[in-house]
Amino acid sequence: MSGEAIQSNELTLSREDIVRLSERVEGAQTRAYAIPKLTDEYPAMTIADGYAVQTELRRRYLAAGHRLVGWKAGLTSKAKMQQMGVNVPSIGFLTDRMARPENSAISTADLVHPRVECEVAFVMKKDLHGPGCTREDVLDATDYVLPAVEIIDSRFSGFKFDLASVIADNGSSARFVGGGRARYVEELDLRTLGVVMEKNGEMVAMGASAAVLGHPAEAIAMLVNILADMGEHLPAGSFVMSGGITEAIPVKPGDSVIARFQELGSVSMRFV
Amino acid sequence: MNEEKIRQYGDELYECFVARKTVPPLLEREPDITLDDAYRIQLRFIERRVQAGERIVGKKIGVTSKPVQDFLGVFRPDFGQLTSGMVYQEGDIIDLGTLIQPKAEAELAFVLKHDLKGPGVTAMDVIRATDYVVPCFEIVDSRINDWKIRIQDTVADNASCGVYVLGKTKGDPRKLDITLAGMVLEKNGEVHSTGVGAAVQGSPANAVAWLANTLGELGIPFKAGEVILSGSQSALVPVVDGDELVCTVGGLGSCRVKFSGRSAVSAPARPPEGGALPPPGRMSRSDRRVVQ
Repeated sequence: MSGEAIQSNELTLSREDIVRLSERVEGAQTRAYAIPKLTDEYPAMTIADGYAVQTELRRRYLAAGHRLVGWKAGLTSKAKMQQMGVNVPSIGFLTDRMARPENSAISTADLVHPRVECEVAFVMKKDLHGPGCTREDVLDATDYVLPAVEIIDSRFSGFKFDLASVIADNGSSARFVGGGRARYVEELDLRTLGVVMEKNGEMVAMGASAAVLGHPAEAIAMLVNILADMGEHLPAGSFVMSGGITEAIPVKPGDSVIARFQELGSVSMRFV
Repeated sequence: MNEEKIRQYGDELYECFVARKTVPPLLEREPDITLDDAYRIQLRFIERRVQAGERIVGKKIGVTSKPVQDFLGVFRPDFGQLTSGMVYQEGDIIDLGTLIQPKAEAELAFVLKHDLKGPGVTAMDVIRATDYVVPCFEIVDSRINDWKIRIQDTVADNASCGVYVLGKTKGDPRKLDITLAGMVLEKNGEVHSTGVGAAVQGSPANAVAWLANTLGELGIPFKAGEVILSGSQSALVPVVDGDELVCTVGGLGSCRVKFSGRSAVSAPARPPEGGALPPPGRMSRSDRRVVQ
């Protein structure tokens, strides 16, 4: 990732531009090709513009019959936020079409340059509304947590983008796999869960869950507050991924990936 | 390397330890120094500490993560001796004035209830012989200029051991997933880095088994009651006056340590030529530099 801090958060794009850019992103996502980052053409694009494009993209998918199943937080590590010049994570939406079952073969033919990362996922039992949503509110509203692997895939050439562009591209969301063992949050220390990612039998990334904003529920609280800014809320039943604990690892056909989590079991998949 | 030189370098490192000063890397002065020579120098260094009144209370295992092994161009860990003068209790304030260029790393320590003698020791034998595990900090220190170490330098320098602190929460390795237990290192209230047991040789028990077998070949057993520091699960953290570090092992507990005073040499502002030792969790290709 590269890019400079974007200070302003005013909407600068016209309705026409927003629709045009969402069509462009949808084309790249659906047909799996790389495009230049959107700010090459719209250098003044802001975070608000990015979310406007993402919202239009979501509207288009839902109109085409996709089902909204949840949300994801991105840029949840301090290093990534500093790199992007922000102090809050970014968010993206998740649909049923992005879900893949545990232990399945995932096609890479419909992806540009996929990477995998390990995350703690939350399934909600109560609606959550911001602003002012806290870590405690999130834990109180959580039905259970489970381990997940997110397959991210920036549609921008060379995985090079700035914050406005990546938000418009739905936070690089592409596929996700939930699995392992569902657990009640009361029975876990969500800060200290260890994680190991293995690719083809070799450890390629590792860490502990505090790598996500000190506590994964903190990322969910921030996500709910961003939704509130957009006039939306997180409904009960949502599946929410809290952000990568490990760095994103590139995958290609033939690769087999297993993410092993302390207390939560493991999630596996292979790429074809 | 002849006995006289072994003795000379061992004495030199001991004198550096006492006077809190550093010397140029041994490898620069003795290009042909072998790992075997380095361990003999370490024995001499420790012999001097024992002559001065210290006891050997355990062992430390170093160079346990793949990125650090790749960096040093080796394919196995190393070890050093823990002595009674290195022990701090949790809650004590570590006086940096006793150290040269200290850095902290978070580990899991094993305390044995049975003797363990290699060769032929497996990770299963290690679990069986373990009384308990505790979170701990090792404060590594180097008697070599600016930490410009290669494997022979650090081995001769007692695996760069400084002092160590054991936490108070004891865990039974039969009730704890030591391989997947997360490690969270906080510095002055903020998360500094995270890791996991598997960063150490796939599991900390594998590192302890390796050392039992390595020592076994030399006819040295692990004794019941000995402390074994199994290898770093965190990045190396330079420490200064007023710093407070906490490491927490998932499912086990924490170890907290505070520092005061000023070390003899402050840690170099920039990593020495060739780069700093990489953290154990970083597995990206760019870190896989083989030096030598």
